[in-house]
Amino acid sequence: MSKNIKSITNPKLQLKVLTPEDVRKIHDATLQIIEKVGVRFPSQRALEVWAENGAEIDRDRMIVRARPELIEQALDSCPPFYTLAARNPQQDLPLDGNHVYAGTDGCGVEVIDIHTGVKRTSELQDVRDIARIADATEEVAFHWVPVSAQDKPHQTRGLHEIRAIWGNSTKHVQTESVYSEHEARAAIEMASLIAGGKDQLRKRPVLSLMQCTASPLGHDGGSLDAALLAAEAGIPTGFMTMAACLTTGPATMAGNLAVGNAEVIAATAMLQLAHPGAPVFYAAAQTASDLRNGAYTGGGPEDFLFGAATNVLADYYNIPLSMGSFATGAKEPNWQAGLENSLSTFMASLVMSDMLLGLGFLHGSRIWSFAEMMLDAEIFSIVHKMMQGIPVNAETLALEAIAAVGPGGNFLSQKHTRAHMRDLFLPQFMDRRPYTEWESKKDDARDWALTKARKLLAEHQPDPLDAALDAELERIIAAEEKALV
Amino acid sequence: MTDELFKQMAQSIIDGDADAATQLAEQAIQGGLDPLEAITKGFVVGVNFVGQQFAEGEAFLPELVMAGEAMKAAVKTLEPEMMKRGAEREVLGKVVLATVEGDIHEIGKSLVGTMLTAAGFEVFDLGVDASPHKIIAKAIEVNADIIAMSALLTTTMVKQREVIDDLEKEGLRSRFKVMVGGAPITRDWVSRISADGYSEDAIGAVNIAKQLVAAG
Ligand code: B1M
Repeated sequence: MSKNIKSITNPKLQLKVLTPEDVRKIHDATLQIIEKVGVRFPSQRALEVWAENGAEIDRDRMIVRARPELIEQALDSCPPFYTLAARNPQQDLPLDGNHVYAGTDGCGVEVIDIHTGVKRTSELQDVRDIARIADATEEVAFHWVPVSAQDKPHQTRGLHEIRAIWGNSTKHVQTESVYSEHEARAAIEMASLIAGGKDQLRKRPVLSLMQCTASPLGHDGGSLDAALLAAEAGIPTGFMTMAACLTTGPATMAGNLAVGNAEVIAATAMLQLAHPGAPVFYAAAQTASDLRNGAYTGGGPEDFLFGAATNVLADYYNIPLSMGSFATGAKEPNWQAGLENSLSTFMASLVMSDMLLGLGFLHGSRIWSFAEMMLDAEIFSIVHKMMQGIPVNAETLALEAIAAVGPGGNFLSQKHTRAHMRDLFLPQFMDRRPYTEWESKKDDARDWALTKARKLLAEHQPDPLDAALDAELERIIAAEEKALV
Repeated sequence: MTDELFKQMAQSIIDGDADAATQLAEQAIQGGLDPLEAITKGFVVGVNFVGQQFAEGEAFLPELVMAGEAMKAAVKTLEPEMMKRGAEREVLGKVVLATVEGDIHEIGKSLVGTMLTAAGFEVFDLGVDASPHKIIAKAIEVNADIIAMSALLTTTMVKQREVIDDLEKEGLRSRFKVMVGGAPITRDWVSRISADGYSEDAIGAVNIAKQLVAAG
């Protein structure tokens, strides 16, 4: 099976979504919010960091107000480039601004069973299965913990999950389900083992951490403590805002960007103040809540625009971005899923967002679908192809072949055609058959996608994790479980 | 004259104008109007109208929330006068509402609160990250009919069970109805923890709450 990773690079398409003037205004608004309104940091350690650096702190409400200079200075120490390491170094992911990588989505609560098609609660075996299929899928560059292992104790669930992924794939693991200090400590220990020691881990972070902010203008205490530990260990850490117009953010998109930006930037600055130079990334999945029921939509035109605008902000701060694209609100792989996931991924790719999250979800990040995972991979491939643009040169202008065919005739028998036919995109899941053939079978993309996922699961053998190493990981988890009872 | 005042009261709710609602409530007290009448013939008419519009898809969520806020402001202004007259507003039931411990997802819980309030329940919203102890203590304090818990995380939904277990241990289980909700909550979970009700959205939550108080 190929170890290749498909990423978008050297883009030929461009999009202007915010002018430099717009960005400046959003930045100024952000600084004003952090200075005047403040951001909530419900963690003693985080508050200490702010206090040591002279920020104004309301201890009762745990709200921090910081001067613009403090924020801007702190952000100066963010490293602009670094690499997310994989168990297999061939699959390392340089976050250098010239690559767009896609990952699986994460933290689902239910799964459409790959064998029975029945929707049920997610388990550890699903994490293993998804990791294995992702390992074999070149569009997947890295993993998020796709679903929650609800058959494992909730205090150590996050640890079982990352072990399951490392055991089934050599690609980089980013977890968004480790959000307490004790779990982070154990996760870092596990990552050190994989990397070959604490110093090695700093050089080759095989794990990265994503924490949610708590919009509007707040954070979760456990997340902050986990992030501080990770930053100390040199594990790349990002804060993700999910500010949603109408509910957790203003109804206007610019205001929503400013609120989310204030959350992310304030937390990023705090990490830099605590551990200057720690690898950090910007993460976002803003949206607009539904006007009628407040639902998290995971799609719609506002979503697509946020997908494009956020990388402009992350670029302004010179840090990589992890952007929520895909993650449709649709209940099954259908028109809405195709539309939302294509447009969100296209918009976020046009601006070269470094990481895209993620493949495989339905119902607004709640239900994992193996068919959707494969369909999303194809969407990424289509965008990948589009981003290559239209190369124009003597060879591609094909004047010789055109002269040889002349008016009339066709290009099927031309050498030039043979040389270039594989440049054309070959879909796996688009229905281009005769109507009658479809009529006799009535199958479609969803069926083929599921068949493919089943085949990969049945056939793909990932490079195993060394048995002794895996036993060590298991030991760490067991010790953690023992300590908790 | 009073009819005109009632109309203005309803309108203040429809406009979601808490200041106007407060002012009209004060006016009612000064004019010697029965505060209960001000509520039922004035403000509640506005709430019902907005609720109806919302159900028909004509009004949007912010309008509903603002109507709720205006209603709260009006009731708060009228309350001292009601106390004086020994009158008590009729509510469908008292609900202690919270997002469980360790969980900070707020929106769904607050929407459920808004809908319950709009439907005529008295809601005590404990916010997010509320411990089982805090939830149960409040339920006892206000003599609640229903304990309503939201949990959005698979790691925190166990707290819903913890509250039910604690109620059981303290011999309080039969005193309160317990309803639950949130993204990972399934029918299966609800029966496993022996909760009394569950719904997938806020409108459904109102129906469940009504059924629970009717079942007494
Ligand atoms: C009592 O009776 C009832 C009856 C009905 C009830 C009810 C009670 N409560 C709710 N209902 C029902 O009625 C409501 C109205 O219709 C509905 O409420 P909902 O809350 O479902 O609906 C709201 C109107 C809109 N929906 C929402 O607001 C939730 C949307 C999603 C995307 C979501 C959001 C927005 C957030 N999140 Co979080 N978040 C997700 C959510 C995925 C999803 N689509 O559900 C979920 C729940 N989150 C998740 C995660 C992992 C997390 N989140 C976290 C944080 C956040 C934000 C703070 C960023 C934000 C909340 C902002 C806020 N101020 O509330 C973190 C947890 C922090 C913590 N300690 O709580 C963090 C752990 C991420 C991290 N690594 O930091 C996932 C849970 C996975 C799991 N396996 O448990 C998740 C499914 C998304 C995902 N796949 O990652 C119904 O459920």
